Amino acid sequence: MIVQALAFYLFAGIAIAASVMVIASRNPVHSVLFLIMAFFNSAALFVLLGAEFLAMVLIVVYVGAVAVLFLFVVMMLDVNFAKLREGFQNYLPIGGLIGLILLVELIFVVGAWIVVPEADLVARNPVPADPEITNTEALGRILYTDYVYLFQVSGLILLVAMIGAIVLTLRQRSGVRRQNVEHQLARRREDSVAIARVDTGKGV
Amino acid sequence: MLWTDYAWPTIVIVLQIMAIIVPLLVAVAYLTYAERKVMGAMQMRQGPMTVGPFGLLQPLADGLKLLTKETIIPSGSSRLVFVLAPMMTFFLSLVAWAVIPFDDGMVLADINVGVLYLFAISSLGVYGIIMAGWASNSKYAFLGALRSAAQMVSYEVSIGLVMITVLLVVGSLNLTDVVTAERPLLIQILLLPMLVIFFVSTLAETNRHPFDLPEGESEITGGFMVEYSSMTYALFFLGEYANMILMSAMTTILFLGGWLPPFGLDIPPLNWIPGPIWFAAKIALCLFVFIWVRATLPRFRYDQLMRLGWKVFLPISLLWVVLISGLLVAFDWLPA
Repeated sequence: MIVQALAFYLFAGIAIAASVMVIASRNPVHSVLFLIMAFFNSAALFVLLGAEFLAMVLIVVYVGAVAVLFLFVVMMLDVNFAKLREGFQNYLPIGGLIGLILLVELIFVVGAWIVVPEADLVARNPVPADPEITNTEALGRILYTDYVYLFQVSGLILLVAMIGAIVLTLRQRSGVRRQNVEHQLARRREDSVAIARVDTGKGV
Repeated sequence: MLWTDYAWPTIVIVLQIMAIIVPLLVAVAYLTYAERKVMGAMQMRQGPMTVGPFGLLQPLADGLKLLTKETIIPSGSSRLVFVLAPMMTFFLSLVAWAVIPFDDGMVLADINVGVLYLFAISSLGVYGIIMAGWASNSKYAFLGALRSAAQMVSYEVSIGLVMITVLLVVGSLNLTDVVTAERPLLIQILLLPMLVIFFVSTLAETNRHPFDLPEGESEITGGFMVEYSSMTYALFFLGEYANMILMSAMTTILFLGGWLPPFGLDIPPLNWIPGPIWFAAKIALCLFVFIWVRATLPRFRYDQLMRLGWKVFLPISLLWVVLISGLLVAFDWLPA
C-alpha cells in the first residue's frame, strides 16, 4: 500500500506543480507543454484509482488531439504576450470573482460529502463492484442505458460545434484551380495523346 | 518482506523489460540494414557490402560513427525542449511494447485496455516532432513540424475507426483477446479493405514514404531533423524505425492473427513452430512491404495527402463501422 501512497503523492504533486507552471511560465509554448504534463499526471492518478479506461481516453483525447492543436495554434500565432499582460490590473476584479466562485463551489462539494454520507459512496466508487466486469464495460452499461439520451445530446452538441466551425471558416474563392481527381482518373489515352507523323524540317 | 514484496518483483520486471528492449534494438539496427539491402536489390545495386561479411556489421559502424560525432545545439534554440524532443520520440517508441503479446500469455503488462494504450502512445509520437521543430528555431524544421502535426492528427482518425471495426468483432480491448477471438469468415473477408486502410495510415503515422512530407528532403531539407546531429539525430532515427516495427506488430495483432499460424491452419508442420517466431515472421512481412512501398512510390503532394486522409479513408472506414456492426447484429455474431 505504501507504494501506492507514494505514487499518488508523486503524481499529484507533479500535477499541481505543472498546473502552476502553466500560468506562471512566460513562454506560451512552455505553458502548453506543462499543461500536457498535468494531463499526464491526472491520467496516472486515474490509473491508480483503477479507472484505466478513463486514463487512456484522457491521454488520447486531451494529449493526443486537443493539446496538439493548442500547441499548433500557440506556435503559429504571433501573440504579443507582454501587451496582453498590460491589462492585468483591469481584469483582476473579474478574475478574482471567478476564482472565488470556483472556490465556493469546491467547498460546497466537499461539504456535501460531510452533510450527505451517501454522496460520498457514489463519489468514491469508480471501480465496478464485480471484478469480472472491466471498467470499459461498466462505463458502457451506464452510459448506453440510463444516460443514452444525454449521451446523444452531447454528441449532437459536438456535431453542431463542428459544423459551426466549418461554416465559419469555409470561403469560396474564385479563380482557384482545383484538382478534380475524378476528371483525372476518367481521362483516357485516346483523349489526350495523338501520334502524328511529322516530316523532318516541317513541324506539325 | 521488503525483499519478496518489492525488491524481487522489481528485478524481475527490469529483466523482462531488458528481454524486450535488447532484441528490439538489435531488430532496429538490422532493419536499417535490411532496408538498404532490399532497396539495393530493387534498384539493382548491392547495398552495404564492405563492413563485415555481406556488410552485416554496417549498422554497428553507423551507430559508432554517430556516437563519436559532436552534438550541436543551435544558439537560438530552446535548449531543454531541443534535447528533450529526440529523447521523447525514442522513449515513446519503446514504452508501447509493454502491452504487445508475443505469444499466449507472453506479455509484459496484460492490461484490459491494451488497444487504447497503443493508440494513446502512437498518438503522442507527434510531440517529439513538433517539439523538435519548434525548439530548433529554424524555418525548415518548423515547417516540417507543422506538416507532421497536421498529418498525424488526420491519419489518427482513420486508424481509430479501423481499430473500432476490429474491436466490434472481437469484443475486447485486451490485445491477447484480439488475437484469439473467433472471427466469422465473412467478417474476415470484409476486414481486408480495413487492413489496407490501416496499413496506409500507419505509413502516414510513422512519416514513412510516400508520406514522408515532414522530412521532405527536396523542399525542406530534412524537415524537423535539420538542426540535429550525432546522438540526438540517432535517437530520432532509432525512434522512427522502432515505430515502424511497432506499427507492423499492431497490424499483425489486429489483422494477421498475431502468434498463430497463418490462415488459421492449426495443423502439425505449422503449429510446431513456436508462436513468437510466427509473430516475428509476420512483422517482417509487414516491414518488407514498408520498404517495398518506399522503393516503389513517389512522395505525395501535401493536399493529396490530406484529401486521402479526410475524404477517402474517413468516409470508407466510417461506412465500414456501420456495415460491420450491422452484420454482427443481423447474424447474431456479437461477442458475448
